[in-house]
Amino acid sequence: MSVMMLVVVIAGRRTGLPAPAVNSVIDLASITPVPRAAPHVAGLAALRSRPLTVIDCRAALGLEPEGGAAARRRAVVVEHEGHLYGLLVDAADAIVASRAEAGPIGADPGPGWREVASGRIETEAGALLVLDLAVLIQGVGARAAAA
Amino acid sequence: MDDLLTEFVAETREMLGALASEVVAWEADPADRARLDTIFRFVHTVKGNCGFFDFPRLAALSHAAEDALADVRAGQRSADRRLVDAVLAVLDRIGAMIEEIERGASLDDGNDEPLIAALKGEAEPADAPASMPAGSTPVSPATAEQRTIRLPVELIDQVMSGVSEMVLARNDLARRMQAMGGDCGLEAPFSRLSALLSEVRDAITRTRMRRIDGLFATFPRLVRDLSADLGKQVFVELENGEVELDREMIELIRDPLVHIIRNAVDHGIESPAERRAAGKREAGLLTVSARQTGNTIHIGIMDDGRGIDADRLAAKALAAGIRTGEQIAAMSREEKIELVYEPGLSTAESVTAISGRGVGMDVVRANIEKFGGSLEIESLPGEGTRFQIRVPLTLSILPSVTVEAGGQTFGVPRSYVEEIVSTAGGNLEFDEVGDRRFLTFRGRRLPCISLGETFGLADVGAGEDEDASLFMILRLGWGDFYALAVDRIFDHHELVIKPLSPGIMQCGLFVGCTQLDDGTPVLVLDVAAIGYGAGIPRELRRPGIAAVAATPAEREALRVVLLHGLDGERRAIAMSAVEQVERVASAAVRHPGPGARIVLGEEILPLAGVSGTGDLPEWLTVLRLGDGQRRVAYAAREVLEIASLTGAVSPVEGRPGLAGVTLIDGEPAELVDCHALFARHANAAAPALSCRLAGEADGWMRSFLGPIVEAAGYRIAAEGEPADIAFIEDEDGGAAAGIRKAIRLSDRPEDVPGAGIYRYDRAALMAALLRAGQELAA
Repeated sequence: MSVMMLVVVIAGRRTGLPAPAVNSVIDLASITPVPRAAPHVAGLAALRSRPLTVIDCRAALGLEPEGGAAARRRAVVVEHEGHLYGLLVDAADAIVASRAEAGPIGADPGPGWREVASGRIETEAGALLVLDLAVLIQGVGARAAAA
Repeated sequence: MDDLLTEFVAETREMLGALASEVVAWEADPADRARLDTIFRFVHTVKGNCGFFDFPRLAALSHAAEDALADVRAGQRSADRRLVDAVLAVLDRIGAMIEEIERGASLDDGNDEPLIAALKGEAEPADAPASMPAGSTPVSPATAEQRTIRLPVELIDQVMSGVSEMVLARNDLARRMQAMGGDCGLEAPFSRLSALLSEVRDAITRTRMRRIDGLFATFPRLVRDLSADLGKQVFVELENGEVELDREMIELIRDPLVHIIRNAVDHGIESPAERRAAGKREAGLLTVSARQTGNTIHIGIMDDGRGIDADRLAAKALAAGIRTGEQIAAMSREEKIELVYEPGLSTAESVTAISGRGVGMDVVRANIEKFGGSLEIESLPGEGTRFQIRVPLTLSILPSVTVEAGGQTFGVPRSYVEEIVSTAGGNLEFDEVGDRRFLTFRGRRLPCISLGETFGLADVGAGEDEDASLFMILRLGWGDFYALAVDRIFDHHELVIKPLSPGIMQCGLFVGCTQLDDGTPVLVLDVAAIGYGAGIPRELRRPGIAAVAATPAEREALRVVLLHGLDGERRAIAMSAVEQVERVASAAVRHPGPGARIVLGEEILPLAGVSGTGDLPEWLTVLRLGDGQRRVAYAAREVLEIASLTGAVSPVEGRPGLAGVTLIDGEPAELVDCHALFARHANAAAPALSCRLAGEADGWMRSFLGPIVEAAGYRIAAEGEPADIAFIEDEDGGAAAGIRKAIRLSDRPEDVPGAGIYRYDRAALMAALLRAGQELAA
């Protein structure tokens, strides 16, 4: 059973999001910062009349910011528990078909990645880490703090 | 078929809801034919509808109820208690069956026989067939005569957000048209589109509103069942059910209201025996009212029960270790009553089936505050308790002020904004206590919070230039004030509030977000959370008696408004009494002199500060004074400035209405006695009663008594005119024709029992005049 995956580049690494979960991919014009929010919450934007919570994926992974969120404008829009989120990524270009079901990762993918990945999937474009939306939105740091 | 069934379930449920209060009203007055008809129509409709579906139990039940009620209608039976109970039970059973039908469960073969037997009661089986016109159309209850359709709320929300997007698109179009400049030939159709859009937006907003009586209608039944369980008698009075509220808000306040009503019936209202012993009517009274002021709905729940036992609450708090003995000793009664919000405190002696089950007032209050409401309690021992809930009209549209701090725009709900003040005028005083700045506003020291600092935003532009600071004076639900410093204040908007994602809500500083016309998202501040989060003590909410007494320095520095009176005198009026100052043409003044009135907007107020003789200037400055309930206008030539009263006030003899003379900035000023002003004009606010001054000592009465009578708010009646009151001399016996009330005068200073008031006992005369006025007014 083939699944369509959106190839998303975060911190220079190629990862995958299940395509049906993705609402659209847009370039954000401006982001309104949210004071005192978690560090990975880059701010608010609007998709037509709906508010979009912008998540800086790099920060959500707990990785050192590089170039800052301001430089990245490409956002993957997803809906999670009734709210719209824009995931700031380096790139989101291709949609590829998977060759098999998602399976275990196999080896430790490294800090940040290990929390945010729900598995590994083989696709036409090679092996991709499958992202866990809930963790990404909550932020790895926040999750660690709560635990 | 499915659609039909859904329709049947929804319609039946709606009718049941509307019926709940009708049944209780019918029970109170079984002779009420209109209510009986309503209930009869309901069971008849249900029976009729059952014909379409296969619900034999439902049909049998409604048929039996219809028969019984038909007998009552035909006068063959009276609606006794047993019948009412049975009818109520049938309605409940129908409700339960409807639930099951909706769930798709088939009705089991329950036994309805006992219920049907109870309905038949001791009356002989109805041998006369119920004479209902066959095939009469289902009639909905009288309360809902408008044609209605049912829509899922999601659909309305979808339309609503569609309209919001159209508004944004319209604004974008407007901007582009402006950029094109000049005449592009689109202005007329554009403005038409724009107007239509506004109309649609208003209409769609209204679809979210619902009358609150749908919620209120369930209360009589609730109270009836509760009081029956508790062996009490309680009447419910509902007021102003026509107030409209956002349907989501109605759902949100349902639980808090039910909780408070349960408490009131269980703890508040005494048993009939206790009430009799206390000299009250055996049946308690519970009043539930709704009222709209601006964008706030006030819901009051009032009982005439025993009130909250503040001391017992305090004792419990002590026993539970929530407060220390010292703290309790320092508490006022109001503060003790607020202990009901402490988790885990209840005055209930025992846990009953109705309340005291662990969900306390703390939870109720928290739930109300969660959606921007507030809850206040007032209670008088032996007299009853009053709960006042305030909630915003709607969750989705919030009148707001947009402000800027640290280069970023935020929305502030307008309901919190008391006033906006600027340091530019140089009138503001600041004190620094440690790192905390305090702003003195209307005699109160308000802690200042800087929005930019709270949010850790860089100070953009404003820098250290404190002279240009802007402060919003914010009033939180409990009378806690604070001043929020912002960089700029833009405008007032009606904002459509959208929920934020949980990640952002977590930081607890925002209630939602909205979009400006250009589509930029703007965060709306939770000013209560920001205030309390920055350390505004909640305890400040009631300046306790001790606190007031301990700060004489603050009280001394009374802020006053300095003015030139019409007679040219320099006067001062306490700033706290001044509500508004305006310029008014003298044509608005009626009856110059002691009984003068002035028309201000839609109000007619008694006007002080005008003498009887002098001509009025063409324009006057009028100060609207208020004591919270009444208003009195004060005429002046001009307002000079606002000053602090620091010097001593020396009293002046023979000048009623003046508290004394004081020095302000080295010059004398007369301090207006607001108390005397209101004492005098409060009475005068009612239509003046007339007083006859005639008799043997005619001349003395006119010249000596006249001024007192007028000062008490009376009009002096003309010769021979019937009057409300009159003075009569001790000697002449009757002579009180055409008089509603007479005050007897005596010319002997000794206190002779049965004699009148000594003619020079000024205090007693005033008291008698005021008393007579009150009695006549009552």
